[in-house]
Amino acid sequence: MYSQGLIGADGTTHEDEEFLTAFQARIDAELKIEPNDPMPAGYRKTLVRQIAQHAHSEIVGMLPEGNWITRAPTLRRKAALLAKVQDEGGHGLYLYSAAETLGVSREELVDQLLSGKAKYSSIFNYPTQTWADIGTIGWLVDGAAIMNQIPLCRCSFGPYARAMIRVCKEESFHQRQGYEIMLTLCRGSDEQKAMAQDALNRWWWPSLMMFGPHDAESTHSDQSMAWKIKRFTNDELRQKFIDATVPQAEFLGLTVPDPELKWNEDKGGYDHGEIDWNEFWSVVKGNGICNRARLKARRMAHDDNAWVREAALAYAEKASVRETAVAAQ
Amino acid sequence: MADLMPDMIAGAKFKYVLRLADDQLILGQRLGEWCGHAPTLEEDLALANIGLDLLGQARSLFTYAGEVEGEGRSEDDLAFLRQERDYFNALLMEQPNGDFAVTIVRQLFHAAFMVPFWSAMTGSSDKTLAAVAAKSLKEVEYHLRHCSEWIIRLGDGTEESHVRTQAALDELWGYASELFEMDEVADEMLVTGVGVDAAALKDDWDATVDAVLARATLNRPEDSWSQTGGRSGQHSEHMGHILSDLQYMQRTYPGLSW
Repeated sequence: MYSQGLIGADGTTHEDEEFLTAFQARIDAELKIEPNDPMPAGYRKTLVRQIAQHAHSEIVGMLPEGNWITRAPTLRRKAALLAKVQDEGGHGLYLYSAAETLGVSREELVDQLLSGKAKYSSIFNYPTQTWADIGTIGWLVDGAAIMNQIPLCRCSFGPYARAMIRVCKEESFHQRQGYEIMLTLCRGSDEQKAMAQDALNRWWWPSLMMFGPHDAESTHSDQSMAWKIKRFTNDELRQKFIDATVPQAEFLGLTVPDPELKWNEDKGGYDHGEIDWNEFWSVVKGNGICNRARLKARRMAHDDNAWVREAALAYAEKASVRETAVAAQ
Repeated sequence: MADLMPDMIAGAKFKYVLRLADDQLILGQRLGEWCGHAPTLEEDLALANIGLDLLGQARSLFTYAGEVEGEGRSEDDLAFLRQERDYFNALLMEQPNGDFAVTIVRQLFHAAFMVPFWSAMTGSSDKTLAAVAAKSLKEVEYHLRHCSEWIIRLGDGTEESHVRTQAALDELWGYASELFEMDEVADEMLVTGVGVDAAALKDDWDATVDAVLARATLNRPEDSWSQTGGRSGQHSEHMGHILSDLQYMQRTYPGLSW
């Protein structure tokens, strides 16, 4: 999901050759860049953009899954889903903090999300229609996120890399949980199997889109690769995901909705049909099924509860004045 | 007494545990509605946390209620497959989330009751309930602290937050009294050493709530009205809608494993 964080990223930078060479030497030596280290402005900007979009994705991602908390079919599933969505919120918090080390505030970043200036992963603009969508999101969406995030654990920027280590552990757990929901459905009644197949049909292609445009279209990839913000190209990660996921679908007895999907012995991977890039760009530009509803929900949570945050701030100020007064006595 | 009428006592215990389970389930369900929509990210995590605690307590209690009943009903059979009239939660738990002040006041009323309740229950002659109580006590102590801090911030925050929180108190005040009700079922559990004297917890609750309201510069509403009915399955109009969501999957696809 996080390759999309680089769409439109502007890595242009204006430092002199000596500075850039020294910086690149640190990167090439696999030294981690820490918040107070000198870094090119383009590096900082690219990271803020990517980490912020990652954080926004976690927060907006709470909405489609949150849609099923009150309707989860058993108490065990309800508790697991609530805990999972809570984890996503925790990832968001963690990532906003990582972005803040680069000198940008959470408030600024949230404002960019709410104004529509900042993006989040296109996948969360699809609706969760049935319970099987909850299983499918865990299996495919978290599965794709892991593919993206495992290499990010080695990202050159220290705080982001360290955040990813913890996030990946939790995402792996979510992915297994999602797959287990699918397994239960696929071993269940005909209705349940049909529900699982229907969910796979709807989520397969959007999941592949999570890796972002083809490498040839991904204009800012090269600089990010050189800076080791990114370790693999979009197409490489997408291929890994397909190769890992198709056998899982087969084990479930489900059919991947791509008639052109075929094992290619020579490349040791699957060939697949073309992704509908018109759909992808339409969703990225804000015209997916749920784009408007997702932003509206986030804005409402923010605006309708502004009085709560104002109260907390006012109280903190009063309390601090009182403390000062007591200390002065 | 226990030797004379074991069936009757088992019946009362079943109902007693079920009431307790329903309180936690319905309030946990309400908190789940907040997920993704809270005033801050930190509070989103906190409300989910409290909801998860309550769901966990409900699961232990439903499982135990099923064992007490002895008819093979699972936690899910009990949680999802009853008619509205057979849910026995207090009406407070089913009240809508409203604004954040309503949610926090509702939670304060609940936690200020459950802390002394679970504390007393740790001395129950029933080992399972005593164990659930010991675990739950730690959880509701945190809920009480969290809600009290919010009530103080909101009451003594801005003019708007003060007005909203006072309105939430006024709106929910009459639902608190149901928590202290005793009836035949509760009396029987008290006499047999299983249950807690809820009526006796009123002073404790008053002291906790009064102290929080004083620090929050909020007024304690008059005890001029009270609502009752939940313990006998007579619910507000909200309950049916909660169950529409809660029971949706189990009612639409009966008898399946998920």
